Amino acid sequence: MFKQDQLDKIAANKEKWASKLEATMKKRPARQTEFAVDSGVTINTVYTPLDLADRDYDQDLGLPGEYPFTRGVQPNLYRGRLWTMRQYAGFGSAEETNQRFRYLLEQGQTGLSCAFDLPTQIGYDSDHPLARGEVGKVGVAIDSLADMETLFDQIPLGKVSTSMTINAPAGVLLAMYIACAENQGFKKSEINGTIQNDVIKEYICRGTYILPPEPSMRLISNIFEFCSKEIPQWNTISISGYHIREAGATAAQEIAFTLADGIAYVDAAIKSGLDVDNFGPRLSFFFNAHLNFLEEVAKFRAARRVWAKIMRERFGAKNPRSWTLRFHTQTAGVSLTAQQPMVNIMRTAFEALSAVLGGTQSLHTNSYDEALALPCDESVMIALRTQQVIGYEIGVCDLVDPLGGSYYIESLTNALEEKCMEYINKIDALGGAVKAIEYMQKEIHNSAYQYQLAIDNKKKTVIGVNSFHMEEKPPEGLLKVDLSVGERQVEKLKKMKAGRDQAKVESLLKAIREAAENEANLIPVFIDAVKEYVTLGEICGVLRDVFGEYKQQIVF
Amino acid sequence: MSEKRIRVLVAKPGLDGHDRGAKVIAQALRDGGMEVVYTGLRQTPEQIVSAALQEDVDVVGMSILSGAHGTLFPEVVNLLREKGAGDILVVGGGIIPEEDIPALKEAGVAAVFGPGTPLADVVSYIKESVN
Repeated sequence: MFKQDQLDKIAANKEKWASKLEATMKKRPARQTEFAVDSGVTINTVYTPLDLADRDYDQDLGLPGEYPFTRGVQPNLYRGRLWTMRQYAGFGSAEETNQRFRYLLEQGQTGLSCAFDLPTQIGYDSDHPLARGEVGKVGVAIDSLADMETLFDQIPLGKVSTSMTINAPAGVLLAMYIACAENQGFKKSEINGTIQNDVIKEYICRGTYILPPEPSMRLISNIFEFCSKEIPQWNTISISGYHIREAGATAAQEIAFTLADGIAYVDAAIKSGLDVDNFGPRLSFFFNAHLNFLEEVAKFRAARRVWAKIMRERFGAKNPRSWTLRFHTQTAGVSLTAQQPMVNIMRTAFEALSAVLGGTQSLHTNSYDEALALPCDESVMIALRTQQVIGYEIGVCDLVDPLGGSYYIESLTNALEEKCMEYINKIDALGGAVKAIEYMQKEIHNSAYQYQLAIDNKKKTVIGVNSFHMEEKPPEGLLKVDLSVGERQVEKLKKMKAGRDQAKVESLLKAIREAAENEANLIPVFIDAVKEYVTLGEICGVLRDVFGEYKQQIVF
Repeated sequence: MSEKRIRVLVAKPGLDGHDRGAKVIAQALRDGGMEVVYTGLRQTPEQIVSAALQEDVDVVGMSILSGAHGTLFPEVVNLLREKGAGDILVVGGGIIPEEDIPALKEAGVAAVFGPGTPLADVVSYIKESVN
């Protein structure tokens, strides 16, 4: 990137400067013995062109929208359209979540993001014994199409895009979404959105798995195939590092383990007979925006470059859209403190800014009260306003990749790419992501433990937790989901079931069993079934019966 | 002779998959000299109590981040008492609002450790309470 004579001159100057630095350090020693990012990269005092001497601008950076996409996936990025402001929401009943969705749309939110309760995520109806105490707690309870219709009442599904955090039963919820949109009068091809559909990270760290890996990977490939034909706009998977990071991974581990999972999905889909350029352009990603601002910016840039190389070089994808890593970002839940919760507004703002400077396609900002409970209306509004301040007031969206070319950012982007590839090579050697689940769990746990020790021994400062304490009144106005939500949901389900033609339900479940046993694509039979109000729990019950359930190995 | 090592069951009741905290606490207790058994995810109160009895533990530590603590923590305490194991110390942690804590204590949960609790506090609390 620089001519040799320039570099020589800088090197000579830097040598002189180094002795000056040493003299200064005698008077003003460094605050700590070592500066480093958690990913294990040491930080120098200052960065210069010397740190990028072996780099080639066109090969390593290029222009936005061009391979290897280090500077962004679109040529004009936010000069065209800002990222999608997408707040993850859902709690209690479908009626309550519908109101929160409409409130968010009225406040200027541009896409929906739906949280489901744990029974829904694990494929149990609300009346299942294991659903006790969990119905409507961390998201909305959806048992059948009837709940889905309430959830999107007066929200035109052909006009908004919806992201659904659903994994193991993603195909069933997608079927309900399609049926709901069709009932509203839209065609399949008009709907737009994302299902998370990333089961490997459920095994690794998030925990809402149902089936063993093999049938899970088949279901995922079924979704890729179905969507490429029927709903070309749909993002068929959101390969997620978010939860891997929340579980304790470093930034480098986050992108490495996520991209390793991505490799496993691409491998499985190719093995099932699909063409990489058929489904490649619809793969999307989901990352965390954590506290170390500059490391995070570099992380997003490194992830884009690594994925572009993987898709082009490893999988031979020819369509440039297959090479692009498009991603959603959420600010780091683990960085929120229960102490002095208002301070979380600042943490979230910086994290969100790193995602924007990293070129995210959509963003969720956490609410300040989320270390205490689900967010209330006021805290959700401030979180959304934080995105609007970044988008409309502070000028960072007027150009693409404003930090590109910073000696430090580029050097850290390179270092994170190297770390990321070391992990990916290690996972390849273990036989791929599915075989390396326990390896990744161990790595994540070790990082989590080190992080906590660093807070406990004050190597890491956390305001309100290990320093700058103050007396506080207990927080007020927290959102509470009361237990009657569960009772009402069970009542509703009972009534709905009583109104169905039982023989029809049985025959639809039989069709699902046959498709499952015969390797047919399962999505069309899911759609047939949900249209007749066959429930999520009934469908997943058949799948559990045919395929068995995943048993987690305990690693700590 | 060293005194008998404290035995702890770290458990994840309910369907919540967030086990970062549970595993970090488990490791800290182990590093603090205790014998620790971790149940893994999705344990019913019945499974937790049966593991506690089988492993002959002094302490059951539970972690929930889904909001189901109000239902599941007291169930574990009650089941332990029914089985004649009411002397086992029961503690909890997770995303638990301050205002829920009195009811949990009333139900027999000895202590609730919220976000931001230093590991050393949990270790020393258990050591003091058991010995």
